[in-house]
Amino acid sequence: MAEPRPVLEMTGIVKEFPGVRALSGVDFRLFPGEIHALLGENGAGKSTLIKVLTGVHTLDGGSITLSGRPVRFAGPAQAQQAGISTVYQEVNLCPNLSVAENIFIGREPTRFGRIDWKRLRREAAGLVDRLGLDIDVTAPLSSYPLAVQQLVAIVRSVGTADGEGAGTKVLVLDEPTSSLDRGEVLELFALMRRLRDEGVAILFVSHFLDQIYEVCDRMTVLRNGTLVGEHMVRDLDQVGLVQLMIGKALGQLDELHEHQLHADVGEPLLEAEGVGRAGGIEPFDLEIKKGEVIGLAGLLGSGRTELARLLFGADQPDSGKVTVGGKEVAMSAPNDAIGAGVAFCSENRKTEGLIPDLTVRENIILALQAARGWTRPIPTAQRDELVAKYIAALDIRPANPEARVGQLSGGNQQKVLLARWLITRPQLLILDEPTRGIDIGAKAEIQKLVVSLSEEGMAVLYIAAELEEVLRLSHTIGVLRDRKLVARIANGPEITPTRILETIASGEHQ
Amino acid sequence: MSTTTARPKAADSHPTSKAARVLADRRLPVMVTAALFLVMYAAGLSRYQNYGFGEAQVFLNLFIDNSYLLVAAVGATFVILSGGIDLSVGSVIGFTTMFTAWLVERQGLPLVLVIPLALGVGALGGFLMGYVIHNFEIQPFIVTLAGLFLYRGLCLVISKESIAIGDASVSSMAQTQVSLGGAFLSIGAIVALVVLAAAFYVLHYTRFGRRVYAVGGNEQSALLMGLPQGGTKISVYTVSGFCSALAGLLFTLYIQSGDPLHATGMELDAIAAVVIGGTLLTGGSGFVIGTLFGVLVLGLIKSLIQFEGTLSSWWTKIATGVLLCAFILIQRAMTARRKT
Ligand SMILES: Nc1ncnc2c1ncn2[C@@H]1O[C@H](COP(=O)(O)OP(=O)(O)OP(=O)(O)O)[C@@H](O)[C@H]1O
Ligand SMILES: [Mg+2]
Repeated sequence: MAEPRPVLEMTGIVKEFPGVRALSGVDFRLFPGEIHALLGENGAGKSTLIKVLTGVHTLDGGSITLSGRPVRFAGPAQAQQAGISTVYQEVNLCPNLSVAENIFIGREPTRFGRIDWKRLRREAAGLVDRLGLDIDVTAPLSSYPLAVQQLVAIVRSVGTADGEGAGTKVLVLDEPTSSLDRGEVLELFALMRRLRDEGVAILFVSHFLDQIYEVCDRMTVLRNGTLVGEHMVRDLDQVGLVQLMIGKALGQLDELHEHQLHADVGEPLLEAEGVGRAGGIEPFDLEIKKGEVIGLAGLLGSGRTELARLLFGADQPDSGKVTVGGKEVAMSAPNDAIGAGVAFCSENRKTEGLIPDLTVRENIILALQAARGWTRPIPTAQRDELVAKYIAALDIRPANPEARVGQLSGGNQQKVLLARWLITRPQLLILDEPTRGIDIGAKAEIQKLVVSLSEEGMAVLYIAAELEEVLRLSHTIGVLRDRKLVARIANGPEITPTRILETIASGEHQ
Repeated sequence: MSTTTARPKAADSHPTSKAARVLADRRLPVMVTAALFLVMYAAGLSRYQNYGFGEAQVFLNLFIDNSYLLVAAVGATFVILSGGIDLSVGSVIGFTTMFTAWLVERQGLPLVLVIPLALGVGALGGFLMGYVIHNFEIQPFIVTLAGLFLYRGLCLVISKESIAIGDASVSSMAQTQVSLGGAFLSIGAIVALVVLAAAFYVLHYTRFGRRVYAVGGNEQSALLMGLPQGGTKISVYTVSGFCSALAGLLFTLYIQSGDPLHATGMELDAIAAVVIGGTLLTGGSGFVIGTLFGVLVLGLIKSLIQFEGTLSSWWTKIATGVLLCAFILIQRAMTARRKT
């Protein structure tokens, strides 16, 4: 079978940032009517390759041809006009505009030169509906959780891809599924397959290898900014793929699979009694013991994050009481929770966590310094040692405490956020999607870290979209459904993801 | 992981109480300002009803006496919505008065030529400032501050003294009254209202207008969404330059002279009007109608103080300052709420 001609060809791509060679001579090709996975560890250069393609970053070397013609885009606007529509890694939309506008801005339907708002809303509602989302498109984007925003970004790009003869040839999706749950992932995949069958070439980045095997045809693997290889998905199994990605066989994952949950859960640490908030989550009781890992399972919007925010005082509960170590805590602001030894690592690193212009060191030290009070600086030597320790433990790359966080790859930013809270050694650590956007090797590292922290007596409340992840780590699983804590299940060999899903679906545990 | 369950309804993932919804409504600040205006007006009516405060003309004078401020504030609204700031407004107005007076009086050019020339100079200046802000990535604060000094300096280059305008066409234009039942509006007031309506249309019904909001909401995102964010920024300063020059022309008409010190500090009045009108200084949220109410509130403070008679005009500044603080606090409370 003769291969058709690639629609997009990138040859010898070089991109240097001050001090970092992000891409050195990468070749990449994309064929019409295929879904092509771009794979690699955090910081391998995937997002950079995409940004070089669409003109966000200027090229330092190499060439790009689109449909046989050499191109070089001055910015995303030009790339879009040439038929490349892109969803970048972080949600990049305007929070102040409505969902409908975010989908259409730049190509609003007009009548006699005037924006046709009625049509815009109608068409936006239609597009959103096709992805199986049921939301009010006139509400501002900022009123929706991250996952919905991610879907809206996808709807925007797909809207360009098949709406009004826009002639999209290439659709680029940089980690579009990182905060989606299974149902939405399936909807997205159905849509991707439909577009592929219409001849669109799709570039797909994800750290979920199962997803790659589920939907992709071909894959390109990068490591440290160099091309490792291009393979058909059917020719390479997961073990081989992981080896290509990290450059060595992966033993640690298996280690974790066999890992036994330690049994010595201590005395009660935090007790929530009838804590709830109207519009957020129904009153719930929850007891967390020292050294216990509690995983929260539930669909998107089931109230996982809301529950966590109440325990941290980020939202104020309007009923019930929280006691930590026997003492009642007011929980009227995060400071109360921090004072009681609770730390919260939020899912939204972009808006609620990191300060991009500060260095890795400054970002890591922030929470610890805040906890000590600003008048008692941490001694320099101790500080540098702590920072170095966590950079190594989480394998933050580049391992340079002076690098600006904004310049790190998405996954490495997530690790910095995690380090910030780990370093405060809280009694209860709340992790909301801590492994979002993190590569498979680092994910295993983080999970191992959670296990060892709990062995040392730290309680952990763990939220993750992936049920396997929750099951692997948790002593107890809290199941949420429709903003209600419907079940608390003690983990054991008989508990499987399917059992949990049944509980989520039926709302009760047999 | 292969079983799927009923899809969650994201819509009810944020069911908000009625109070929260009202607080999150972006129109709230405008309504607050409008209500404030009505309350102040009603207070004026009850206190000074025997002094003719209730006359229609007193109300219309608000528009006549503040027409130039309204036009300047409309321009500033564009800039602030886009997340920028323009400090050159007052100087451009001052410069335009000098430039117009000089052309009309000293050079004897007819008004039909002078008006487009003055507007062109203002727009060009705005364009250049926008160009520098965008292409050299310099803070708008710095660039327009330079503009502020530059234009003031240019006034003095033209002449150190003020130039009175005796031209017949100017004075006849200034005295034209457009009758509105028992009362009247000046040409300046009508121009200002037309500018306001045009700005409303542009901001809400054109792609350019929506881009202004997008850039103000998140500039980096606007870029990645493929919007011509640079062009938008440059255009916004061009609009502001144009509006400032137009405000300068209206000011010339109102005061019938050019003076190097005219409209000193008026950029701050314009910014105050925009903020009191509910537009967020961080950009991306606000309405040009709010700016109208902002200007009217400021104007009403002035006329209330005039009616009071015994109060020094400095009270205008004090009242403006207090209002500004109050409104910035309201904005703060609103954005804090929106985040959660
Ligand atoms: N603006 C920038 N300035 C400096 N260095 C940068 C910048 N953007 C990226 N880098 C560096 O380039 C390298 C590649 O980053 P990139 O974001 O492409 O990784 P990635 O493969 O997308 O990783 P992830 O899976 O974590 O998203 C990293 O070492 C990163 O620190
Ligand atoms: Mg990336």
